[in-house]
Amino acid sequence: MASNTLYSPRDPALKKRDDFEDILEERRSSSDLRYALRCYVPVVYKGIAPCKPGVLKTAVLQSDRLRHVVAEMSKETGESADVIREEASGILEEMAHRLRLGTVRFFAYSLSKAFKALFQRVRVNEDGIQRLQQSIQEHPVVLLPSHRSYMDFLIMSYILYTYDLSLPVIAAGMDFLGMKIVGEMLRMSGAFFIRRSFGGDKLYWAVFSEYVKTMLRNGYAPIEFFLEGTRSRTCKSLTPKLGLLNIVMEPFFKGEVFDVSLVPISISYERVLEEALYARELLGVPKPKESTSGLLKARKILSEDYGSIHVYFGHPVSLRSLAQGRINRSQYNLLPRHIPRRPSQETQAFVNETAYRLVRLQEENMVLRPWVLVAALLLQNPDGVDMERLVEQTSWLRGLAVSFGAFLDWPDYVSASKAVASSLALHTGLVRTEGGRAQLAMEPKEPGSPEEDLFDRAASVLSCASYRNQILHVFLRPALLGMAMQMAEASRKDDIYSCFSFLRDVFSNEFILCPGGTVQDFDEACYMLTKCAAVHVQKQEVVATEKGQRILSFLTSLFQPFLKGYQVVCRFLCEDAPEGFPESEYVAAVRSFAVKRILSGELTCYEALSSDVQKNALAALLRMKVVRKLKVGDQVTLRVNKVAANTLENKLGGRVSTQKALLARL
Amino acid sequence: MASDGHGSERQRAASRRLSAIAGHLRTAGQQQRPQVAGIHCKAESSSDGEEAARSTTVPRRRQEVMKWNGWGYSDSRFLFNKKGQAEFTGRRYRLSGMVLPSLKDWFESTFGASLQHKSPATATLNASAVPFPSLNEAFLQDLKSTGIPFSHEAEDRVFRAHGHCLHEIFALREGKFGRVPDLVVWPNCHEDVVKTVDLACRHNVCLIPYGGGTSVSSALECPPDETRCIVSLDTSQMSRILWIDEKNLTAHVEAGIVGQDLERLLNESGYCTGHEPDSMEFSSLGGWVATRASGMKKNVYGNIEDLVVHIKMVCPRGVVEKSCQGPRVSIGPDIHHFIMGSEGTLGVVTEVTIKIRPMPEYQKYGSVVFPNFEQGVACLREVAKQRCAPASIRLMDNAQFQFGHALKPQVSSIFTSFLDGLKKFYITKFKGFDPHHLCVATLLFEGDRERVLQHEKQVYDIAAKFGGLAAGEDNGQRGYMLTFVIAYLRDLGMDYYVIGESFETSVPWDRVLDLCRNVKERIVRECRERGVQFPPLATCRVTQTYDAGACVYFYFAFNYRGLADPVNIYGRVEHAAREEILANGGSLSHHHGVGKLRKHWMPESISDVGIGMLKSVKEYVDPDNIFGSRNLL
Repeated sequence: MASNTLYSPRDPALKKRDDFEDILEERRSSSDLRYALRCYVPVVYKGIAPCKPGVLKTAVLQSDRLRHVVAEMSKETGESADVIREEASGILEEMAHRLRLGTVRFFAYSLSKAFKALFQRVRVNEDGIQRLQQSIQEHPVVLLPSHRSYMDFLIMSYILYTYDLSLPVIAAGMDFLGMKIVGEMLRMSGAFFIRRSFGGDKLYWAVFSEYVKTMLRNGYAPIEFFLEGTRSRTCKSLTPKLGLLNIVMEPFFKGEVFDVSLVPISISYERVLEEALYARELLGVPKPKESTSGLLKARKILSEDYGSIHVYFGHPVSLRSLAQGRINRSQYNLLPRHIPRRPSQETQAFVNETAYRLVRLQEENMVLRPWVLVAALLLQNPDGVDMERLVEQTSWLRGLAVSFGAFLDWPDYVSASKAVASSLALHTGLVRTEGGRAQLAMEPKEPGSPEEDLFDRAASVLSCASYRNQILHVFLRPALLGMAMQMAEASRKDDIYSCFSFLRDVFSNEFILCPGGTVQDFDEACYMLTKCAAVHVQKQEVVATEKGQRILSFLTSLFQPFLKGYQVVCRFLCEDAPEGFPESEYVAAVRSFAVKRILSGELTCYEALSSDVQKNALAALLRMKVVRKLKVGDQVTLRVNKVAANTLENKLGGRVSTQKALLARL
Repeated sequence: MASDGHGSERQRAASRRLSAIAGHLRTAGQQQRPQVAGIHCKAESSSDGEEAARSTTVPRRRQEVMKWNGWGYSDSRFLFNKKGQAEFTGRRYRLSGMVLPSLKDWFESTFGASLQHKSPATATLNASAVPFPSLNEAFLQDLKSTGIPFSHEAEDRVFRAHGHCLHEIFALREGKFGRVPDLVVWPNCHEDVVKTVDLACRHNVCLIPYGGGTSVSSALECPPDETRCIVSLDTSQMSRILWIDEKNLTAHVEAGIVGQDLERLLNESGYCTGHEPDSMEFSSLGGWVATRASGMKKNVYGNIEDLVVHIKMVCPRGVVEKSCQGPRVSIGPDIHHFIMGSEGTLGVVTEVTIKIRPMPEYQKYGSVVFPNFEQGVACLREVAKQRCAPASIRLMDNAQFQFGHALKPQVSSIFTSFLDGLKKFYITKFKGFDPHHLCVATLLFEGDRERVLQHEKQVYDIAAKFGGLAAGEDNGQRGYMLTFVIAYLRDLGMDYYVIGESFETSVPWDRVLDLCRNVKERIVRECRERGVQFPPLATCRVTQTYDAGACVYFYFAFNYRGLADPVNIYGRVEHAAREEILANGGSLSHHHGVGKLRKHWMPESISDVGIGMLKSVKEYVDPDNIFGSRNLL
């Protein structure tokens, strides 16, 4: 099975990972200018057909695919082909990158300065770089970094330049172009811009996909894009978007390239630059439009310490070996290859599954700092915790995380107390330490209305949660098992499995859970919990052990906020949602519902205010057909099956005694 | 020249042509050439006394002239002499007796092979290792009464138990024999075949027709679990041209005739078929029909399906043939197309009426160098588009171009080597072609002189548009020579731990480049993954152009030192390469056929319904599976 070629889930703790090197170290001791002007001769793909960006554009405009689409559209609309071609050329002009070494050198210089000011270290696994260098020569390469910050693609290009590797061309959102000069500069450093949505625009799709494919086929440069589609505001991986992945896979399916190397890259920040911004955004303060002056204002962040960045270049994954036995490439034999065609169902399933696996690979290689553990513990103790106890708990959690395969950057020689202390020191904005106790900084700086105070508190909870979220993927499967055991209220394995499967289904928009991998995930969870002696798995039963109570209660409360968040959404839909209300008002409505409940003291979970949780919950409910979308005019309204929503809420809250009946009704 | 008598001009052209393509086949003096014969079956008119006197290129005891465990004539082989230089023995070919100074270096550097490491073949056939024949006595009795010659000697049977697939030859070299035919019969004419098939049906004997024995699809392999007596029906003694019809330009020929005899005999009358598969020295007319063969000059003369006017085939159900020789008919699905490509599963082709053409007045080789393979393919595509392809046009990739160069005989004078150096300098330095990317197209023009020269100019003009430079006749000629000696070269490789083979496909134009690249890369990757210690030779050429696509031919070979089961690994890599071909829009075969080697892919190639159609024909024509080679289905 393809999964075996990607990773083996057995005993993740044994995973061998590479060591890191700090690339800023050298920058601190030698001239940035010389570095920016040094001779840059990257190795290139062996089959490269070297060409200038201009030639590339012509190749795209004259491609069979585009000519075909233009002719078709001309036939459909009656518009002359020339006009449409002109339009295509305009789209391409707006989209295409204009990579220039001069601009790259400018960035190399200024980023060196900026990085040195912002970060303590930028650490890269050099073995990964070597593997990448090898791959670049053999096959077209697609770089797939995780996306947590605007910094991501600057960092990527910076590292590749540093190691003398081909600079990638990067798919970026059109919103960057709003930043006048910067947008164009990014363009000249290899970014190409795509509109966020172009649903039915056939011409746009054709130009865009042909542009990417042409670069891939020619081995023009590594192609970089973000599987998650957008920056994750929660620091938790987002479910992957498939559009670009489909595009870069097609040349392989159609035999135009021998193979494509997919390289998952995990970029982890000790402190995300956008930390405070994200929390506000999740609470409904809209995202500021990207603007040059905004960026300049962001200069004040230059004076702060953002710790270190870890960039892990994962093993290149051969698309060919993934597709072996899954995709029958001869399905493309009977239609000219330039005629666009919807991918077959098996292809779609394959692309989807691959996307999930790649995101999981990103997650697995994400470096976690001790602070992440501390944040998880602080969130579970909203009233604060003694330093001593915090150190003890952190040390305990470290052991658990490592045994579950977490990639923890916590060398053995650093004691727990030291690790906790330095974590707290870097995040003084979020934690208050007084009188030997540590507590989330919840008191507002200047008291305002109860609602404003509430939002302030929520902002610091969400900021803190964004660090906890980084480690959720390590605990996800065992935690789902723990929750399922609680929910099943029995030890029969079948019951637990069905609860596990239910929870997994509910949360599959929230976390990275590979479609169709329930059995595998269940086995993995059983294995992990057995390994740390938290449960006993027998043929028919799964029983918690004495020793396992601590682990299980930690795990379940780790995921409690999500459970609560989904419950709140269900409650809202049952009680407060008017019949057929517009989708666009959904987030605001749930939020004010939650605010009311918090103010009234019925709810203590601030994370229920996160629009991310709310949106994911809605997506899940839509998927489970508890809510349906109806199109009335040009407005989309939501219709709620209140009975189902109620049942779901009860089930999530564990307030059901006869689960069988419930399952039947769901 | 024009004032010369017509006949002598023809004769001269004939001999020139033969020397150029098939090489001088210097038939031993005592052998008399076959004649255009009367229509009477020899077996009827003559008794066994005359049998010995009768001789063709292919005697009944083939092993007297040909290798029993390798390719071609016993007297012709490559070897490395004491000085470590390669030479080609014998006197039959243009290359015979010549020293090839650069072959050794090429051989050693391409394969990582060494002359120190030899893997010689078993010298002689050990008859006692050959399984004892299981004979059907009743059949044998009846056969004797017909007077048709037969044999159950081990050597005769072993010779007909194989084609020329790598695994077949490898086993022979190691002195290993699987299931071999129990009996060999040599019918002399159509009537003899009718009698033989009749007897086979009566006594439930399995028949496997044997023509030239050049199959590379395991088609001649005896099914190991066949319990009936297996009789190899060798058609080599049915090799007469029965008549020539100059009005309609057709010849009626017995199907056992081999390509070189057919051409030579027709040439004597001033005609040719123009059908020249690379195996034409040994492959037979009946074999061509049974496998849907293709000749290198198909652009002028057509493939076998274009050449055949009438076929007579003997089946268990009876004799199948059409009642007229109309040049084209609309009388339902063409029954010829059940026969062509049937690969010996339906019956034996005994007589064929084939189109003939007056011999071309003038022939000219040529070659074009391209800066890279992509440009070369683009040029071939354009030539095909303009439908101006010469008799033959082939494009070799860079590796094959270098291979061809390694076969350059020792240059006789300083002047020639100086000229070669100059040419090389001009192309690589002056024109800036990268010697590791450039590739060469070889051309063969045929027709009357005026037209050839005109045609040549047209093709060179197209080539120039794609950056092609004319590179002389010599390069062209050597390119074609390569295909005739390649099978001899494989035997040399096998003496030094190198095994290899060729395979082919046909593919639409837009997929040619992708297919070539992907298949070669797949071969390299598979070899690496299967533990082959040295990088393999994986090279291809585009050998035929069509309106809608091209035929691509691959050579694949590697050094198997350090491998426990090289043949198995070879087979797996070839299997993977074929999968890659199919995944890239290539066909299962262009002209080698399916046999047993590729029948695994038949259902996906022609659909289940297609298989059903073929099966139902087989069931009607041969319900008892007398023709039990189990090819195709």
